[in-house]
Amino acid sequence: MGIRDLPILSIVIFMPLLGSLPLFFVKKERVEFIRGWALFVTILTFFTSLSLYFNFDQNSANFQFQERISWIHELGISYHVGIDGISLWLLLLTTFLGPITVLCSWSAIMERVRDYMICLLILETGILGVFSSLDLFLFYVFWESQLIPMYLLIGIWGSQNRIYAALKFVIYTMAGSLMMLVAIMYLYFYHKNQAGFFSMNLLDLYNLNIPYSIQLILFIAFFLAFAFKVPMFPFHTWLPDAHVEAPTAGSVILAGILLKMGTYGFLRFNIPMFTEASINLAPFMYILAVTGIIYGALVSMVQPDLKKLVAYSSVSHLGFVMLGIFAFTVQGIQGGILQMVNHGLSTGALFLIVGILYERRHTRLIAHFGGLSRVIPRFAAIFMIVTLSSIGLPGLNGFVGEFLIILGTFISSNPYSTIAAIIAASGVIFAAVYMLWMFQRVMFGVVTHEENRYIKDLNLREFAYLIPVLLFIIWIGIYPATFLRPMEGSVKGIVVTVEKKMGKGNSIVFAVDKRITGDWR
Amino acid sequence: MLEYIWLIPALPLIGFIINGIIGFRIRKHVVSLVGCGTVFISFLIALMVFREFILLDPEQRFFQKILYTWVSSGSFNASIGFQLDPLSAVMSLVVTGVGFIIHVYSIGYMGHDPGYPRYFAFLNLFMFSMLILILANNFLLLFVGWEAVGLCSYLLIGFWYEKKSAADAGKKAFIVNRVGDFGFIIGVILIFYTFGTVEFKSVFEKLPGMIKAGAVDPFLLTVICLLLFAGATGKSAQIPLYVWLPDAMEGPTPVSALIHAATMVTAGVYMVSRSCIIFAYAPYALDVVAFIGALTALFAASIGLVQNDIKRVLAYSTISQIGYMFLACGVGAFAAGIFHLTTHAFFKALLFLGAGSVMHAIEGETDITKMGGLKEKMPITHITFLIGALAIAGIFPFAGFFSKDAILAGAFERSPYLWFMGISGAMLTSFYMFRVVFLTFYGESRFPHEVSHHIHESPPVMLIPLITLGILSIIGGFIGIPMIEGGNRIGEFLDPVFHNATTILGKAHHEDFLMEVMLILISLIIALGGIYLAVMFYLKKTYLPGYFQEKIPSAYRLIFNKYYVDEIYDYLFVNSIKSFSIWLWEFIDTVIIDGAVNGIAYLTRGIGSIMRRIQTGFVQSYALSIIIGAFVILAYYLFRIRM
Repeated sequence: MGIRDLPILSIVIFMPLLGSLPLFFVKKERVEFIRGWALFVTILTFFTSLSLYFNFDQNSANFQFQERISWIHELGISYHVGIDGISLWLLLLTTFLGPITVLCSWSAIMERVRDYMICLLILETGILGVFSSLDLFLFYVFWESQLIPMYLLIGIWGSQNRIYAALKFVIYTMAGSLMMLVAIMYLYFYHKNQAGFFSMNLLDLYNLNIPYSIQLILFIAFFLAFAFKVPMFPFHTWLPDAHVEAPTAGSVILAGILLKMGTYGFLRFNIPMFTEASINLAPFMYILAVTGIIYGALVSMVQPDLKKLVAYSSVSHLGFVMLGIFAFTVQGIQGGILQMVNHGLSTGALFLIVGILYERRHTRLIAHFGGLSRVIPRFAAIFMIVTLSSIGLPGLNGFVGEFLIILGTFISSNPYSTIAAIIAASGVIFAAVYMLWMFQRVMFGVVTHEENRYIKDLNLREFAYLIPVLLFIIWIGIYPATFLRPMEGSVKGIVVTVEKKMGKGNSIVFAVDKRITGDWR
Repeated sequence: MLEYIWLIPALPLIGFIINGIIGFRIRKHVVSLVGCGTVFISFLIALMVFREFILLDPEQRFFQKILYTWVSSGSFNASIGFQLDPLSAVMSLVVTGVGFIIHVYSIGYMGHDPGYPRYFAFLNLFMFSMLILILANNFLLLFVGWEAVGLCSYLLIGFWYEKKSAADAGKKAFIVNRVGDFGFIIGVILIFYTFGTVEFKSVFEKLPGMIKAGAVDPFLLTVICLLLFAGATGKSAQIPLYVWLPDAMEGPTPVSALIHAATMVTAGVYMVSRSCIIFAYAPYALDVVAFIGALTALFAASIGLVQNDIKRVLAYSTISQIGYMFLACGVGAFAAGIFHLTTHAFFKALLFLGAGSVMHAIEGETDITKMGGLKEKMPITHITFLIGALAIAGIFPFAGFFSKDAILAGAFERSPYLWFMGISGAMLTSFYMFRVVFLTFYGESRFPHEVSHHIHESPPVMLIPLITLGILSIIGGFIGIPMIEGGNRIGEFLDPVFHNATTILGKAHHEDFLMEVMLILISLIIALGGIYLAVMFYLKKTYLPGYFQEKIPSAYRLIFNKYYVDEIYDYLFVNSIKSFSIWLWEFIDTVIIDGAVNGIAYLTRGIGSIMRRIQTGFVQSYALSIIIGAFVILAYYLFRIRM
């Protein structure tokens, strides 16, 4: 029996959930065992998920590792999972960050360790489910189910103002999700009308022929769910609050993965299903994305709190992702997806770094630091590399993503795309300003607070979870082909979908890209 | 041998990795060996490559080595590939050669610094980045080197990061460069948009055909060139983005010599020369390059007149000299620009290292008004510094004489006004340079007794680099002798690279012999005049500087404060953006958006609490509501019927 005969995708998705079950029966006091077990489960999940990469057919644009079991047959609902070149990377990013979130909580979380680890593991399954669902009902179940553990993570293990933040996070997300639920129900009945049978299957729904006016409404409903999640300006104010209150692992998951559920949603649902609406609303998306890029960067610049600074920088980075996605060019979308991964690594690492500082000094205020380079040189070196990755230095991961996004947007023939690309590129200047200024205030100068003189440098465990992140940061920077190649097919698929709809006389997206090289297909 | 050009950048990278990761564990001389050794081998390889290269026919002097495809997406492709042609061959020799000399000097200069391994790691990383920049075979890889040298500059300016001014200066350098790079990257994207590739060879080969076929808008080419040049004004410290370079003097002096004088800051000149064909089809952009270059040459030289910090004078001098190089490019004399880049690398590195030698002896003092009389105590430093000063002033037969003359000749041909700006700058240059020489090495010692007691000549490890550069500054000019047949070897060597561009610009003809002799004589007289004035001001009639300061105080203050450009930028950009950001955060984010979100929450709660009042639980009130409701419905229907 080959590996392809195993329900490998389901194994990966549910491994963390299954791994959490034994923990219910372990005594609360055995924290070392609980941590070790959680680490074991997450590492095992990661290595199992690697087999998805190795068995992935890079030349195919189709969904692979598909599994389909009828769930509620009469209603056309099934357990249907599968991944393409887009979800592959988000899935791997999730499993990769799994062990890291366990490791970074090792000494940071001292209370209710068992419940905490259970939350982390269930959360992981929820996220993996979101990225691999091909059934809208299933998708919605996973989408909502990851809310609960995240709510608990912020609400129980957060800092002072955690209840406000947790509530804000949940209500924001719920408000959007409910719109999406209505839209899903509409699609479901619409499919019954058009095709004659009930289906929640995404691949069936892709084939629907939806009139433009209805597309517009459905687009907006999905848009609300995803834009809240991304978060796009002006729906972002829950993010700084949630980050500031969440424990380190919560922030890493939130920034690293949860936000990508929004951008992923646009790619998976809005663009393929409501293509005409997407095309016509692209300039509107540009405005929000570009505003987010500049706004996030500027507001980030004046934050006194490290976590808030990184949180606002996420608004800026995710603006880039959205811009790339709505360029409808291969470069833009590939850059956007790569940037999702990049942001997961770089911003994830930044939150880990802030967490390390917080654990030692119990403060996140920039003003409380200064001169740390002399005290903790190894930490300084790693912090520097992550900072540079975040500001898009060539040779590291951020540059490849940002460059492809700017390029892809620039050559897209959507209206206003050129000007959007130029403004977005200027965001790179501001990124350097807020990151380097922050770095200087934290690390350079002389030690001004006596307590900072005795901070300990990184320990082995911290090295163990930072080094892999660094390796990927460098890898993507110097050899992005590993990541770009498998997503190529799926990305081109999306571009072709858009292009076909454009052929109906809407616009001319592809003209430019073709003029240069002839046909790439 | 050509196959191995990738080793030239790779070796310093290895040095960086070794010193960066285990440098603090191994012994100091191993660190020095790794740091200097890797660069030395790079230099040897560059030499061998060069030797093999000149044996080829001039037409065949082009070689590409593509390692792998780096970024490939849709129709976009950029590879990690290296290209060797006369231009990159010259550049790689200059960079590895001068780089190696400065590495050796650093052993002595940085010997007592606790950050020694870190220093060499960064220096090697710089060599790697700079070599990537000049050997890249496409615009995107060039940009990688371009940003990476900026990073090294940031790291090395802020090497003594505990000093706030140093950390500030590093950050300023990075951010100002990013402003230019913003233009540069848009330029690269426009190149891809226009040509469908970013590889040098294909872009340059496609362009003439596209022009002929009318397939490219000349206006677009002008825009591309101006965007690229915007990047160059950042990296090469030209108006309006020059402001970071004087502050960059916060870094260790060998760093100023290597990065902020000899190599990195000239990257813009290299890039413009590399893209000479595009520029040749965009004459307006070339005019901008020439004008900005000439203006910067004059402007920076004027600031250099009154600065008292020896390194800052040299920094303004560098800005000014790079201005000359851009002037050369702008008037189409690309070979002269690269020639001046080479000689400038020799004599400016020499001047910086000489200044470093002085600072080393006098415990880091940089104020020339507090020096004086070092001639006897530091004879070798004095002689070599004097050679550097004569070279930059353009005195025959020192290196600067030939290269500056080549530029001025080119400028005269294009426009006498540009030539006049250049020649005026030359006058200022020789004046401020000899002002430094006289105040530092001549006259009475103005040091406090306890300092002057300790003054000593630097160790051999620092003097040998000085002497080597001194020799190069004397003989370096002879690779480009004008007027004599076969004398302009560098010009001929570079000709295959610039030939097409100069043909397009109509530069092929030789200028009038008599005219050229005249120009050379004039510039020589001007340079000597500058030195004469410096003699008058700082040796003979030392009351003169004070007299002029009192006579025209406002002009003096204006120049002494560098025309207040930093203050203007701070006011226009830094402060206004900061207050705008605070307004965004405290008003838009907190009041408007969060206010709306919380407002909805309060509204919901408010409505809820009103609704709660209705649900009293008393049957009577429910009955009352039902009756009222019934009446309302009834009334409605009655009303409707009447209508």
